[in-house]
Amino acid sequence: MSSNAITIPGAQIGEKPWVDTLHGWLTTVDHKRLGILYIVYALFFLVIGGVEAVIIRIQLMHAHNDFVSPQVFNRMFTMHGTTMIFFVAMPILFGFANYLVPLMIGARDMAFPRLNAFSFWLSALGGFLLYFSFLGANGLYGAGNAPDVGWWAYAPLTARAFSPGNSSDYWTLAVLVSGFGSIGTAINIIATILCLRCPGMKLSRMPLLAWLNLVMAGMALITITPLSAAQIMLLVDRYLGGHFFDAQAGGSAVLWMHFFWIFGHPEVYILIIPCFAFMSEIIPVFSRKPIFGYPVMVAATVCIAFVSMSVWAHHMFTVGMNSYANSFFTITTMAVGVPTGIKIFNWLGTMWGGKIQFKVPMLFCIGFLFQFLIAGLTGIMLACAPFDWQLGLSYFVVAHFHYVIVGGILFALFAAFYYWYPKMTGRMLSERLGRWHFWLFLIGFHLTFDLMHLPGLLGMPRRIYTYEPGRGWDTLNLLVTIGTFIQAIAILLFVANLVTSYFKGDKASNDPWDAWTLEWSTSSPPPAYNFASIPVVASRRPLWDLKHPEDPDSRYE
Amino acid sequence: MSAIANSFPQAPATWKLPDHGKVAMVGLIIAESAIFTIFVVAYLFYVGKSLSGPTPREVLETPIFYTICLLSSSLTIHLAVKSLARDRVGGFLAFWLLTIVLGGSFLYGTAQEWHRLIYQHGLTISTNLFGTTYYSLVGLHAFHVTAGLVMLLIGAIFALVGRVRVEQSRRVEVLSMYWHFVDVVWVVVFTVVYVLGR
Repeated sequence: MSSNAITIPGAQIGEKPWVDTLHGWLTTVDHKRLGILYIVYALFFLVIGGVEAVIIRIQLMHAHNDFVSPQVFNRMFTMHGTTMIFFVAMPILFGFANYLVPLMIGARDMAFPRLNAFSFWLSALGGFLLYFSFLGANGLYGAGNAPDVGWWAYAPLTARAFSPGNSSDYWTLAVLVSGFGSIGTAINIIATILCLRCPGMKLSRMPLLAWLNLVMAGMALITITPLSAAQIMLLVDRYLGGHFFDAQAGGSAVLWMHFFWIFGHPEVYILIIPCFAFMSEIIPVFSRKPIFGYPVMVAATVCIAFVSMSVWAHHMFTVGMNSYANSFFTITTMAVGVPTGIKIFNWLGTMWGGKIQFKVPMLFCIGFLFQFLIAGLTGIMLACAPFDWQLGLSYFVVAHFHYVIVGGILFALFAAFYYWYPKMTGRMLSERLGRWHFWLFLIGFHLTFDLMHLPGLLGMPRRIYTYEPGRGWDTLNLLVTIGTFIQAIAILLFVANLVTSYFKGDKASNDPWDAWTLEWSTSSPPPAYNFASIPVVASRRPLWDLKHPEDPDSRYE
Repeated sequence: MSAIANSFPQAPATWKLPDHGKVAMVGLIIAESAIFTIFVVAYLFYVGKSLSGPTPREVLETPIFYTICLLSSSLTIHLAVKSLARDRVGGFLAFWLLTIVLGGSFLYGTAQEWHRLIYQHGLTISTNLFGTTYYSLVGLHAFHVTAGLVMLLIGAIFALVGRVRVEQSRRVEVLSMYWHFVDVVWVVVFTVVYVLGR
């Protein structure tokens, strides 16, 4: 170890006053600290968004319930959607990218550390603005506080006439500001990956996590910006009397839908591609085999990125488009299934014939594979325009995209937490609590989201406040709500695991999983400078080469 | 672990990666292009859909002179960057200031046009769809020109106090990429607003 550490003159070992620690965290430009800030911030909002989901589910538990008022219900589903997408999923994935990308490519920090801090604090300001609306958005009209226009904020609901007060302004500004933060981070990730790779790490040797985050950041540049542009137009409408989305002056509400979904659908891929990245790093390590089909994985990711740019209007089949548009968007949407299917086969190919270790991260990966496949299949069903006319805007759709986001993205994130927590904190997460977490969450997830398809098939519309008894929805909704509580308990176990393991977990070695990428070559947690001497790599698995000098990968690549 | 940490293979003899400033500026330009694309799409979508006047045909005059100013500023900033790369600080400063003058006169042209539209023709951002889309698109571009001018001015101040030398030519080049982008966007905006949109 001694040769791997730099002694910084004047640095004292010992307790610092808490004010200094706090000051250090608030002013940090270290990619690892910012990564952790992103993640902690996102976990905080995950709990808030989760509470909102529980409120929604209690309201829908049985017919004619009035647990909350219709107005509060509208606010809850709006805030739940906005929070989970913009202030949980985006920051948590950026957090992992921030933390892992420089370590995996053998760099000492991101390309622009101060831009990195600026982007984080912009995102943080966005989340603060969104929730400050509960206090500050009452406006002059006493017109209700938090945003209640749904997370798509379709025009003309957001027009001054239908959304008086300031609640929609808080929504717009929160999303706009966090969008600028995301663009800054995306630029930073691209510059870091293209310009700071350690010697020998050609693009063809880069860990898949870096590759996939590069593609994700590239997508973010051209998909988050249309939303920013649309938000600017909305602000022009609301503050300067513009008519972009004002149908009475010839403006078009449908134009907003296009602009929103030009962002909205690729956004799903921006979220899922980093999760593919986690899969591509974790599955090989716990299968004890290198990833199957590395170049194909990269090609499939780039392919998904391209195709996903031209699928947005499948969110608008029910709005009414001509048959050419319907056919085009049906075909492109189904086409995304091809590269995605290639990826699933590659992960299966990696596991095939491997010595699979069923540790907690691997359990979540296997859950991901099954659930993401099913989510994709219901996606193909909904891609058929006629099928979508029947089930669009029903609970079937709600079940479908929660299958992607919870069953796919959240499971992948849990896998990433169990896998990289030792590197970030120097402690192992409890394997026993982790298994409880996994099984409880799995049961709760399937109880909630498998069954949620059925009320949708039976005609239950999404965003409905309450319903008549005797339509066959009652028992199903009750079971869905019970599943939600099981998931909530599992999440509490996870949080308990994060907290207790931080103080009392087993000490983690530098390389607890016997893995192959560069982040495991430095100490856990890594020093501020990451690597005492910049590593040099000769293959895709530099640590394998170091551990097996008699049979290095570089001989075969 | 120490044995592992020290036994990384030999570094390749040549290992050169692209400059991170340029890569980031290309990233910013791609992102900005997407924003402008959405505004251009909105402009074209609403051409001729205003329910009341004035219409573009009635009130718009093609700003040929100020367009020439802005486009030639691309040439002058290019010459400024080239001068600095050859360590001719005086030439750099002259071309740099000329760029600022040209960019500034373009902004003056926009201000004059807006003044004419508002006070002579009564066209504001809330008059009709043409006003909304015109002021948004041209205004978004003018905002980018302004941001570019602020950065150019900061560069000029540094140059005047003698802090810009050949070592800074990389940074100056990154800034010039942004300025070229602003010019290219004007070509698009000009075509859309003054040629196609009438």
